[in-house]
Amino acid sequence: MTTVVFFVIVVSLFPLGVGPEMDRLRPLAAGVLWVAALLASMLSLGRLFAADYADGSLEQLLIAPQPLSLLVLGKILAHWLVSGLPMVLIAPVLGIQYDLTGAPLLVMTLSLLIGTPVLSAIGAVGAALTLGLRGGGVLIALLVLPLYVPVIIFGAGAVEATQSGIGPEGHLSLLAAFLMLSLVVGPLAAATALRISVE
Amino acid sequence: MSQRLVNWFKYSSPATFYGLAGKLVPWFAASSVVLFAIGLYIGFFMAPTDFQQGEAYRIIFIHVPAAWMSMFLYLLMAGYAALGLIFNTRLSGMMAQAIAPTGALFTFIALWSGALWGRPTWGTYWVWDARLTSELILLFLYVGFIALQASIEDPRRADKAGAVLAIVGAINVPIIYFSVQWWNTLHQGASVSLTRAPSMASVMLAGMLIMVFACWFYSIAVVLVRVRAIMLERERSSAWVAEQLADAHA
Repeated sequence: MTTVVFFVIVVSLFPLGVGPEMDRLRPLAAGVLWVAALLASMLSLGRLFAADYADGSLEQLLIAPQPLSLLVLGKILAHWLVSGLPMVLIAPVLGIQYDLTGAPLLVMTLSLLIGTPVLSAIGAVGAALTLGLRGGGVLIALLVLPLYVPVIIFGAGAVEATQSGIGPEGHLSLLAAFLMLSLVVGPLAAATALRISVE
Repeated sequence: MSQRLVNWFKYSSPATFYGLAGKLVPWFAASSVVLFAIGLYIGFFMAPTDFQQGEAYRIIFIHVPAAWMSMFLYLLMAGYAALGLIFNTRLSGMMAQAIAPTGALFTFIALWSGALWGRPTWGTYWVWDARLTSELILLFLYVGFIALQASIEDPRRADKAGAVLAIVGAINVPIIYFSVQWWNTLHQGASVSLTRAPSMASVMLAGMLIMVFACWFYSIAVVLVRVRAIMLERERSSAWVAEQLADAHA
Protein backbone atom coordinates (compact mmCIF):
# COMPACT_ATOMS: atom_id res chain seq x y z
CA MET A 1 0.00 0.00 0.00
CA THR A 2 2.84 2.40 0.83
CA THR A 3 4.20 1.78 -2.68
CA VAL A 4 1.15 3.17 -4.40
CA VAL A 5 0.96 6.12 -2.00
CA PHE A 6 4.60 6.90 -2.77
CA PHE A 7 3.76 6.68 -6.48
CA VAL A 8 0.86 9.14 -6.10
CA ILE A 9 2.93 11.57 -4.02
CA VAL A 10 5.87 11.63 -6.45
CA VAL A 11 3.55 12.20 -9.40
CA SER A 12 1.80 15.00 -7.49
CA LEU A 13 5.09 16.71 -6.66
CA PHE A 14 6.04 17.33 -10.28
CA PRO A 15 3.42 20.00 -11.03
CA LEU A 16 4.60 21.80 -7.89
CA GLY A 17 8.12 21.77 -9.26
CA VAL A 18 7.62 22.55 -12.95
CA GLY A 19 4.48 24.70 -12.75
CA PRO A 20 0.77 23.95 -13.11
CA GLU A 21 0.23 24.86 -16.81
CA MET A 22 -1.54 21.94 -18.48
CA ASP A 23 0.23 22.60 -21.79
CA ARG A 24 3.52 21.96 -20.07
CA LEU A 25 2.33 19.01 -18.02
CA ARG A 26 0.65 17.05 -20.81
CA PRO A 27 3.85 16.08 -22.67
CA LEU A 28 5.52 15.29 -19.34
CA ALA A 29 2.78 12.97 -18.11
CA ALA A 30 4.06 9.66 -19.44
CA GLY A 31 7.65 10.30 -18.40
CA VAL A 32 6.70 11.44 -14.90
CA LEU A 33 4.41 8.48 -14.30
CA TRP A 34 7.01 6.05 -15.56
CA VAL A 35 9.84 7.48 -13.48
CA ALA A 36 7.58 7.43 -10.42
CA ALA A 37 6.60 3.82 -11.19
CA LEU A 38 10.28 2.84 -11.49
CA LEU A 39 11.16 4.40 -8.15
CA ALA A 40 8.09 3.04 -6.38
CA SER A 41 8.64 -0.47 -7.69
CA MET A 42 12.30 -0.31 -6.66
CA LEU A 43 11.54 0.92 -3.14
CA SER A 44 9.52 -2.15 -2.27
CA LEU A 45 12.13 -4.58 -3.64
CA GLY A 46 14.00 -4.74 -0.36
CA ARG A 47 11.07 -6.56 1.21
CA LEU A 48 10.92 -9.17 -1.52
CA PHE A 49 13.20 -11.68 0.22
CA ALA A 50 14.28 -9.87 3.40
CA ALA A 51 11.57 -11.20 5.74
CA ASP A 52 11.99 -14.77 4.48
CA TYR A 53 15.74 -14.44 4.89
CA ALA A 54 15.40 -13.16 8.46
CA ASP A 55 13.06 -15.90 9.72
CA GLY A 56 14.75 -18.73 7.85
CA SER A 57 11.88 -19.66 5.54
CA LEU A 58 14.06 -18.72 2.57
CA GLU A 59 16.29 -21.69 3.34
CA GLN A 60 13.22 -23.88 3.30
CA LEU A 61 12.42 -22.52 -0.16
CA LEU A 62 15.99 -23.31 -1.28
CA ILE A 63 15.70 -26.97 -0.27
CA ALA A 64 12.10 -27.38 -1.45
CA PRO A 65 11.52 -30.10 -4.09
CA GLN A 66 10.09 -27.55 -6.53
CA PRO A 67 12.59 -25.69 -8.76
CA LEU A 68 13.76 -22.53 -7.03
CA SER A 69 13.24 -20.39 -10.13
CA LEU A 70 9.55 -21.35 -10.12
CA LEU A 71 9.21 -20.27 -6.49
CA VAL A 72 11.02 -17.03 -7.32
CA LEU A 73 8.58 -16.50 -10.19
CA GLY A 74 5.79 -16.76 -7.61
CA LYS A 75 7.57 -14.15 -5.50
CA ILE A 76 7.85 -11.88 -8.52
CA LEU A 77 4.15 -12.23 -9.28
CA ALA A 78 3.31 -11.47 -5.65
CA HIS A 79 5.52 -8.38 -5.75
CA TRP A 80 3.79 -7.21 -8.88
CA LEU A 81 0.34 -7.83 -7.44
CA VAL A 82 1.01 -5.67 -4.38
CA SER A 83 3.18 -2.96 -5.99
CA GLY A 84 2.72 -2.97 -9.78
CA LEU A 85 -0.97 -3.67 -10.19
CA PRO A 86 -2.19 -0.94 -7.78
CA MET A 87 -0.08 1.57 -9.69
CA VAL A 88 -1.65 0.43 -12.97
CA LEU A 89 -5.12 0.84 -11.44
CA ILE A 90 -4.47 4.33 -10.07
CA ALA A 91 -2.58 5.52 -13.17
CA PRO A 92 -5.69 6.65 -15.16
CA VAL A 93 -6.67 8.99 -12.31
CA LEU A 94 -3.18 10.51 -12.20
CA GLY A 95 -3.17 10.74 -16.00
CA ILE A 96 -6.35 12.84 -15.87
CA GLN A 97 -4.57 15.17 -13.43
CA TYR A 98 -2.02 15.69 -16.20
CA ASP A 99 -4.80 16.32 -18.73
CA LEU A 100 -4.37 13.05 -20.60
CA THR A 101 -7.56 11.79 -22.18
CA GLY A 102 -8.75 9.16 -24.64
CA ALA A 103 -6.22 7.03 -26.47
CA PRO A 104 -3.02 8.33 -24.77
CA LEU A 105 -4.51 7.66 -21.33
CA LEU A 106 -5.49 4.15 -22.36
CA VAL A 107 -2.07 3.46 -23.91
CA MET A 108 -0.28 4.73 -20.81
CA THR A 109 -2.26 2.42 -18.56
CA LEU A 110 -1.66 -0.44 -20.97
CA SER A 111 2.10 0.26 -21.11
CA LEU A 112 2.22 0.26 -17.30
CA LEU A 113 0.28 -3.00 -17.25
CA ILE A 114 2.82 -4.66 -19.57
CA GLY A 115 5.89 -2.90 -18.19
CA THR A 116 5.55 -3.10 -14.41
CA PRO A 117 5.96 -6.92 -14.26
CA VAL A 118 9.30 -6.44 -16.05
CA LEU A 119 10.35 -4.11 -13.22
CA SER A 120 9.47 -6.78 -10.67
CA ALA A 121 11.34 -9.48 -12.58
CA ILE A 122 14.53 -7.44 -13.04
CA GLY A 123 14.24 -6.10 -9.51
CA ALA A 124 14.11 -9.60 -8.04
CA VAL A 125 17.67 -10.17 -9.29
CA GLY A 126 18.86 -7.02 -7.55
CA ALA A 127 16.97 -7.91 -4.38
CA ALA A 128 18.51 -11.40 -4.32
CA LEU A 129 22.03 -10.06 -4.91
CA THR A 130 21.88 -7.48 -2.11
CA LEU A 131 20.21 -9.77 0.41
CA GLY A 132 21.55 -9.11 3.91
CA LEU A 133 24.11 -6.50 2.84
CA ARG A 134 24.83 -3.26 4.62
CA GLY A 135 23.32 -0.31 2.77
CA GLY A 136 21.35 -2.68 0.58
CA GLY A 137 18.68 -0.07 -0.15
CA VAL A 138 20.95 2.37 -1.96
CA LEU A 139 22.93 -0.42 -3.56
CA ILE A 140 19.82 -1.97 -5.08
CA ALA A 141 19.01 1.35 -6.76
CA LEU A 142 22.49 1.43 -8.24
CA LEU A 143 22.16 -2.11 -9.59
CA VAL A 144 18.61 -2.10 -10.81
CA LEU A 145 17.87 1.37 -12.18
CA PRO A 146 20.31 1.16 -15.15
CA LEU A 147 18.73 -2.14 -16.13
CA TYR A 148 15.28 -0.51 -16.15
CA VAL A 149 16.27 1.81 -19.01
CA PRO A 150 14.64 -0.06 -21.92
CA VAL A 151 11.35 -0.37 -20.02
CA ILE A 152 11.01 3.35 -19.43
CA ILE A 153 12.07 4.20 -22.98
CA PHE A 154 9.39 2.07 -24.59
CA GLY A 155 6.78 2.57 -21.88
CA ALA A 156 6.89 6.35 -22.12
CA GLY A 157 7.62 6.11 -25.86
CA ALA A 158 4.32 4.31 -26.49
CA VAL A 159 2.37 7.26 -25.06
CA GLU A 160 4.42 9.76 -27.00
CA ALA A 161 3.92 7.77 -30.21
CA THR A 162 0.16 7.83 -29.63
CA GLN A 163 0.17 11.57 -29.02
CA SER A 164 2.12 12.22 -32.20
CA GLY A 165 -0.12 9.94 -34.25
CA ILE A 166 2.36 7.15 -35.05
CA GLY A 167 0.50 4.56 -33.03
CA PRO A 168 1.77 2.63 -30.02
CA GLU A 169 1.83 -0.92 -31.46
CA GLY A 170 5.59 -1.10 -32.04
CA HIS A 171 6.49 0.16 -28.59
CA LEU A 172 3.96 -2.04 -26.85
CA SER A 173 5.11 -5.12 -28.80
CA LEU A 174 8.72 -4.52 -27.76
CA LEU A 175 7.59 -3.98 -24.18
CA ALA A 176 5.76 -7.30 -24.32
CA ALA A 177 8.92 -8.91 -25.70
CA PHE A 178 10.88 -7.58 -22.70
CA LEU A 179 8.18 -9.03 -20.46
CA MET A 180 8.60 -12.49 -21.98
CA LEU A 181 12.41 -12.31 -21.81
CA SER A 182 12.51 -10.99 -18.26
CA LEU A 183 10.04 -13.60 -17.01
CA VAL A 184 12.42 -16.29 -18.29
CA VAL A 185 15.79 -14.78 -17.37
CA GLY A 186 14.74 -12.94 -14.20
CA PRO A 187 13.68 -15.93 -12.07
CA LEU A 188 16.69 -17.98 -13.20
CA ALA A 189 19.18 -15.24 -12.38
CA ALA A 190 17.43 -14.39 -9.11
CA ALA A 191 17.44 -18.05 -8.07
CA THR A 192 21.19 -18.27 -8.76
CA ALA A 193 21.74 -15.05 -6.83
CA LEU A 194 19.70 -16.35 -3.88
CA ARG A 195 21.82 -19.49 -3.64
CA ILE A 196 24.95 -17.32 -3.66
CA SER A 197 23.59 -14.98 -1.00
CA VAL A 198 22.40 -17.67 1.36
CA GLU A 199 25.21 -20.21 1.18
CA MET B 1 46.23 -34.96 -24.19
CA SER B 2 46.44 -34.97 -20.45
CA GLN B 3 49.67 -32.99 -20.77
CA ARG B 4 47.83 -30.29 -22.72
CA LEU B 5 45.06 -30.15 -20.17
CA VAL B 6 47.58 -29.58 -17.42
CA ASN B 7 49.10 -26.74 -19.40
CA TRP B 8 45.72 -25.14 -19.94
CA PHE B 9 44.97 -24.96 -16.29
CA LYS B 10 48.47 -24.28 -15.04
CA TYR B 11 48.00 -20.50 -15.02
CA SER B 12 44.48 -20.59 -13.64
CA SER B 13 46.01 -20.94 -10.20
CA PRO B 14 46.91 -17.65 -8.52
CA ALA B 15 50.23 -19.03 -7.29
CA THR B 16 51.55 -19.66 -10.82
CA PHE B 17 49.77 -16.76 -12.46
CA TYR B 18 51.28 -14.29 -10.00
CA GLY B 19 54.76 -14.89 -11.37
CA LEU B 20 53.63 -14.90 -15.00
CA ALA B 21 51.75 -11.63 -14.54
CA GLY B 22 54.78 -10.10 -12.89
CA LYS B 23 56.94 -11.01 -15.88
CA LEU B 24 54.39 -9.70 -18.41
CA VAL B 25 53.68 -6.34 -16.80
CA PRO B 26 56.92 -4.51 -17.77
CA TRP B 27 56.59 -5.59 -21.43
CA PHE B 28 53.03 -4.41 -21.77
CA ALA B 29 53.72 -1.23 -19.83
CA ALA B 30 56.75 -0.37 -21.96
CA SER B 31 55.04 -1.10 -25.29
CA SER B 32 52.05 0.91 -24.15
CA VAL B 33 54.24 3.93 -23.43
CA VAL B 34 55.99 3.60 -26.81
CA LEU B 35 52.71 3.22 -28.68
CA PHE B 36 51.17 6.16 -26.84
CA ALA B 37 54.15 8.29 -27.85
CA ILE B 38 53.92 7.23 -31.52
CA GLY B 39 50.13 7.51 -31.60
CA LEU B 40 50.08 10.97 -30.03
CA TYR B 41 52.86 12.16 -32.34
CA ILE B 42 50.88 11.04 -35.38
CA GLY B 43 47.72 12.49 -33.90
CA PHE B 44 49.15 15.91 -33.15
CA PHE B 45 51.76 16.45 -35.84
CA MET B 46 51.26 14.15 -38.81
CA ALA B 47 47.49 13.80 -39.24
CA PRO B 48 46.06 16.54 -41.49
CA THR B 49 43.53 19.05 -40.20
CA ASP B 50 39.97 17.95 -40.88
CA PHE B 51 38.28 20.23 -43.41
CA GLN B 52 34.97 20.14 -41.59
CA GLN B 53 35.82 19.88 -37.94
CA GLY B 54 39.15 21.72 -37.87
CA GLU B 55 41.64 20.84 -35.15
CA ALA B 56 38.94 19.73 -32.72
CA TYR B 57 38.62 16.36 -34.39
CA ARG B 58 42.03 15.33 -32.99
CA ILE B 59 40.26 14.31 -29.82
CA ILE B 60 39.15 11.13 -31.60
CA PHE B 61 42.65 9.79 -31.06
CA ILE B 62 41.73 9.26 -27.44
CA HIS B 63 37.94 9.31 -27.67
CA VAL B 64 37.42 6.42 -30.06
CA PRO B 65 39.94 4.04 -28.43
CA ALA B 66 38.45 4.82 -25.01
CA ALA B 67 34.90 4.18 -26.23
CA TRP B 68 35.94 0.87 -27.81
CA MET B 69 37.83 -0.21 -24.74
CA SER B 70 34.93 0.69 -22.45
CA MET B 71 32.57 -1.65 -24.28
CA PHE B 72 35.10 -4.37 -24.89
CA LEU B 73 36.29 -4.44 -21.30
CA TYR B 74 32.71 -4.86 -20.08
CA LEU B 75 32.30 -7.94 -22.26
CA LEU B 76 35.67 -9.23 -21.12
CA MET B 77 34.69 -8.67 -17.49
CA ALA B 78 31.38 -10.46 -18.00
CA GLY B 79 33.25 -13.28 -19.76
CA TYR B 80 35.64 -13.75 -16.85
CA ALA B 81 32.72 -13.52 -14.43
CA ALA B 82 30.87 -16.24 -16.34
CA LEU B 83 33.99 -18.44 -16.36
CA GLY B 84 34.28 -18.02 -12.63
CA LEU B 85 30.65 -18.89 -12.08
CA ILE B 86 30.72 -21.94 -14.35
CA PHE B 87 34.11 -23.50 -13.51
CA ASN B 88 34.36 -22.09 -9.99
CA THR B 89 37.90 -20.85 -10.59
CA ARG B 90 39.32 -18.36 -8.14
CA LEU B 91 41.33 -16.36 -10.64
CA SER B 92 38.42 -15.48 -12.93
CA GLY B 93 36.62 -13.53 -10.23
CA MET B 94 39.82 -11.68 -9.41
CA MET B 95 40.30 -10.79 -13.07
CA ALA B 96 36.73 -9.49 -13.32
CA GLN B 97 37.29 -7.41 -10.22
CA ALA B 98 40.57 -6.09 -11.61
CA ILE B 99 39.08 -5.15 -14.99
CA ALA B 100 36.11 -3.17 -13.63
CA PRO B 101 37.93 0.03 -12.55
CA THR B 102 39.86 0.26 -15.83
CA GLY B 103 36.64 -0.21 -17.78
CA ALA B 104 34.94 2.49 -15.74
CA LEU B 105 37.92 4.78 -16.31
CA PHE B 106 37.74 4.36 -20.09
CA THR B 107 33.99 4.91 -20.04
CA PHE B 108 34.55 8.12 -18.15
CA ILE B 109 37.31 9.24 -20.54
CA ALA B 110 35.07 8.51 -23.53
CA LEU B 111 32.25 10.58 -22.03
CA TRP B 112 34.50 13.42 -20.96
CA SER B 113 36.45 13.70 -24.21
CA GLY B 114 33.18 13.37 -26.11
CA ALA B 115 31.77 16.32 -24.19
CA LEU B 116 34.83 18.42 -24.98
CA TRP B 117 34.55 17.43 -28.63
CA GLY B 118 30.81 18.10 -28.74
CA ARG B 119 31.18 21.71 -27.63
CA PRO B 120 33.01 23.01 -30.75
CA THR B 121 31.32 20.69 -33.25
CA TRP B 122 27.73 20.29 -32.05
CA GLY B 123 27.70 23.50 -30.00
CA THR B 124 26.84 21.74 -26.77
CA TYR B 125 28.65 19.66 -24.18
CA TRP B 126 25.88 17.16 -23.81
CA VAL B 127 22.98 15.92 -25.88
CA TRP B 128 20.65 13.07 -24.99
CA ASP B 129 21.82 11.14 -27.97
CA ALA B 130 21.80 7.37 -28.30
CA ARG B 131 25.50 6.70 -27.98
CA LEU B 132 26.12 9.21 -25.24
CA THR B 133 23.21 7.87 -23.24
CA SER B 134 24.18 4.25 -23.64
CA GLU B 135 27.78 5.06 -22.70
CA LEU B 136 26.47 6.84 -19.60
CA ILE B 137 24.41 3.80 -18.67
CA LEU B 138 27.46 1.62 -19.22
CA LEU B 139 29.24 3.78 -16.65
CA PHE B 140 26.35 3.19 -14.23
CA LEU B 141 26.65 -0.56 -14.82
CA TYR B 142 30.38 -0.46 -14.03
CA VAL B 143 29.73 1.58 -10.89
CA GLY B 144 27.02 -0.85 -9.81
CA PHE B 145 29.38 -3.80 -10.28
CA ILE B 146 32.16 -2.12 -8.31
CA ALA B 147 29.76 -1.05 -5.56
CA LEU B 148 28.28 -4.52 -5.23
CA GLN B 149 31.69 -6.16 -4.96
CA ALA B 150 32.88 -3.55 -2.49
CA SER B 151 29.92 -4.05 -0.16
CA ILE B 152 30.28 -7.83 0.17
CA GLU B 153 32.98 -8.85 2.59
CA ASP B 154 33.33 -12.51 1.68
CA PRO B 155 35.35 -12.43 -1.58
CA ARG B 156 33.86 -15.68 -2.87
CA ARG B 157 30.34 -14.35 -2.51
CA ALA B 158 31.44 -11.00 -3.93
CA ASP B 159 32.81 -12.72 -7.05
CA LYS B 160 29.71 -14.79 -7.63
CA ALA B 161 27.25 -11.98 -6.94
CA GLY B 162 29.24 -9.68 -9.21
CA ALA B 163 29.25 -12.41 -11.85
CA VAL B 164 25.45 -12.69 -11.85
CA LEU B 165 25.17 -8.92 -12.13
CA ALA B 166 27.74 -8.71 -14.93
CA ILE B 167 26.01 -11.46 -16.91
CA VAL B 168 22.54 -9.95 -16.49
CA GLY B 169 24.09 -6.62 -17.49
CA ALA B 170 25.71 -8.20 -20.54
CA ILE B 171 22.35 -9.58 -21.68
CA ASN B 172 20.89 -6.13 -21.17
CA VAL B 173 23.68 -4.15 -22.85
CA PRO B 174 22.58 -4.86 -26.45
CA ILE B 175 18.95 -4.21 -25.49
CA ILE B 176 19.87 -0.91 -23.88
CA TYR B 177 22.05 -0.04 -26.84
CA PHE B 178 19.34 -0.59 -29.43
CA SER B 179 16.53 0.88 -27.36
CA VAL B 180 18.48 4.06 -26.82
CA GLN B 181 19.37 4.11 -30.49
CA TRP B 182 15.74 3.95 -31.56
CA TRP B 183 14.92 6.51 -28.92
CA ASN B 184 17.16 9.26 -30.25
CA THR B 185 20.15 9.48 -32.54
CA LEU B 186 22.38 12.41 -33.39
CA HIS B 187 25.83 10.88 -33.08
CA GLN B 188 27.48 10.21 -36.41
CA GLY B 189 27.62 6.63 -37.60
CA ALA B 190 30.77 4.65 -37.02
CA SER B 191 33.66 5.94 -39.13
CA VAL B 192 35.43 2.62 -39.00
CA SER B 193 33.77 -0.68 -39.77
CA LEU B 194 34.89 -4.09 -40.91
CA THR B 195 32.47 -4.28 -43.81
CA ARG B 196 33.40 -1.19 -45.80
CA ALA B 197 36.33 1.10 -46.48
CA PRO B 198 37.01 3.57 -43.65
CA SER B 199 35.74 7.09 -44.28
CA MET B 200 38.86 8.84 -43.03
CA ALA B 201 42.40 9.56 -44.14
CA SER B 202 44.76 6.63 -43.73
CA VAL B 203 47.15 8.63 -41.52
CA MET B 204 44.32 9.39 -39.14
CA LEU B 205 43.27 5.77 -39.18
CA ALA B 206 46.81 4.59 -38.49
CA GLY B 207 47.19 7.00 -35.61
CA MET B 208 43.90 5.91 -34.15
CA LEU B 209 44.65 2.22 -34.43
CA ILE B 210 48.03 2.75 -32.78
CA MET B 211 46.25 4.54 -29.96
CA VAL B 212 43.81 1.62 -29.69
CA PHE B 213 46.71 -0.76 -29.20
CA ALA B 214 48.31 1.65 -26.73
CA CYS B 215 45.10 1.64 -24.71
CA TRP B 216 44.96 -2.13 -24.99
CA PHE B 217 48.46 -2.64 -23.63
CA TYR B 218 47.85 -0.04 -20.95
CA SER B 219 44.72 -1.93 -19.87
CA ILE B 220 46.53 -5.25 -19.81
CA ALA B 221 49.41 -3.86 -17.78
CA VAL B 222 47.18 -2.10 -15.27
CA VAL B 223 44.82 -5.04 -14.90
CA LEU B 224 47.72 -7.40 -14.31
CA VAL B 225 49.22 -5.13 -11.66
CA ARG B 226 45.84 -4.84 -10.00
CA VAL B 227 45.13 -8.54 -10.14
CA ARG B 228 48.51 -9.22 -8.52
CA ALA B 229 47.56 -6.94 -5.66
CA ILE B 230 44.18 -8.64 -5.33
CA MET B 231 45.82 -12.06 -5.32
CA LEU B 232 48.20 -11.05 -2.54
CA GLU B 233 45.40 -9.56 -0.50
CA ARG B 234 43.00 -12.46 -0.82
CA GLU B 235 45.52 -15.24 -0.37
CA ARG B 236 47.59 -13.49 2.28
CA SER B 237 47.37 -16.50 4.60
CA SER B 238 48.58 -19.00 2.00
CA ALA B 239 52.07 -20.44 1.73
CA TRP B 240 52.94 -19.09 -1.74
CA VAL B 241 52.27 -15.50 -0.70
CA ALA B 242 54.57 -15.92 2.29
CA GLU B 243 57.27 -17.23 -0.08
CA GLN B 244 56.78 -14.36 -2.51
CA LEU B 245 57.01 -11.78 0.21
CA ALA B 246 60.06 -13.47 1.72
CA ASP B 247 61.73 -13.38 -1.73
CA ALA B 248 60.85 -9.75 -2.14
CA HIS B 249 62.39 -8.86 1.19
CA ALA B 250 65.50 -10.93 0.70
